Amino acid sequence: EAVEQLSAARLEAAIPTLIAALGYNNPGAAVAAVEGLIEIGKPAVTPLIELLDGYNYGARAWAIRALAGIGDPRGLEMLLDAAKNDFSFSVRRGAARGLGTIAWEDLPPEQLQSAQTQVLETLLQVSQDHQWVVRYAAVTALQKLAIAVAISHTDWAMQIITHFDRQVESEDNLTVIARIWLAQRE
Amino acid sequence: MSLDVFAPDESSSSESLTIGQAIANLQGEDLGLRMYAAWWLGRFRVREPVAVSLLIQALEDEADRTEEGGYPLRRNAARALGKLGDRQAVLPLIQSLDCSDFYVREAAAQSLEMLGDPVCIPNLISLLKAGLQGNHLVPNQPDFSQPYDAILEALGTLGATVAVPLISLFLDHPIERIQYAAARAMYQLTQDVIYGERLVQALAGKDLQLRRSALADLGAIGYLPAAEAIAQTLAENSIKLIALKGLLEHQIYMSPSNELSEGAVRVMTLMDGLL
Repeated sequence: EAVEQLSAARLEAAIPTLIAALGYNNPGAAVAAVEGLIEIGKPAVTPLIELLDGYNYGARAWAIRALAGIGDPRGLEMLLDAAKNDFSFSVRRGAARGLGTIAWEDLPPEQLQSAQTQVLETLLQVSQDHQWVVRYAAVTALQKLAIAVAISHTDWAMQIITHFDRQVESEDNLTVIARIWLAQRE
Repeated sequence: MSLDVFAPDESSSSESLTIGQAIANLQGEDLGLRMYAAWWLGRFRVREPVAVSLLIQALEDEADRTEEGGYPLRRNAARALGKLGDRQAVLPLIQSLDCSDFYVREAAAQSLEMLGDPVCIPNLISLLKAGLQGNHLVPNQPDFSQPYDAILEALGTLGATVAVPLISLFLDHPIERIQYAAARAMYQLTQDVIYGERLVQALAGKDLQLRRSALADLGAIGYLPAAEAIAQTLAENSIKLIALKGLLEHQIYMSPSNELSEGAVRVMTLMDGLL
């Protein structure tokens, strides 16, 4: 409850306490702390990335979720790695989703192209994940990416649309198929 | 199927067993290996006739006993046979409903539900009647003597409308999980929203395990009006996503191909928010 109150306050001064709460091994506190960190947004990004260098696994998983929720491009490396490599499907799911909600306007223009290329490649790979919910999350992120690059990189948007066409044929999970249909509508 | 979701990921060691070896282990001397082979054949859906017939034989195993008299090999064989989807297993599983081991009876009821053959309905009904005395639940409560939740769920899935009057009596069972199973079956058999709403109310319960159970039930019946309540339930997102997946797939089965209903879009919007 204390964590919930701190989160509600949205104070930057609460960041260290909220980050500490990610390591308590208490899911209720961690959920509230993640929400609080997402509300605080950008000021929480650097401390979160520092936390990711050497803390216990559980805390790392929550930190990835917070970074995904904030969408700051400084968290991109972490999200790319987690979406592909994390052993927990719920972390891969959250990271894949986060790759679709990166605030691209915050990235220096000279870095934009290479960052978006990496996200596209990673998401195409993650859309083959063996867990349906990770593939579902990848579809949501690819849909967002296609919209983000629709004007700047029409070829990438086309590539995503083609990918959806193929995936919907090979996909055996009805929920993922439905989500692709929804993405194709846009 | 849903159990896989709780494991981080399947370790590769379990897959390193080959089909031939699993089948050999199932006929071997080592009781531990036999039990594991039975589980493994189900887990990896080994639909080979020899696997099916060995698992059916294993339902009558006498070698593997626990101190309390349970039959671990029979339990795993019964569970595996549901996953393999071969209807040859239906009659042997019906016989397993009379096994002295509660967990064998439970596994048999669940697997009969999965196999989907209504021929077992009378047997399930007579097992359900063990919990009844005339038009009432037996006076000795809580009554744990039969796997009522598995029986009720099977009757609902198998479309046993003839059992509706009996099933409705279990709505008042003192064990909440069994009440939910009865509500789930009643909804499937009558499509009356009163039973769906009963499960929605259960989402606000105090016990996490019971909330999870109600989430699974709502997903299984695909009760669309529960969508928002599911998304807001205090439980793991992974479990809520599976419940919503049940609602979504129900919507898709109901609508013409490639048409997304308004309900389907609503459910996906909620799912996106839980990723």
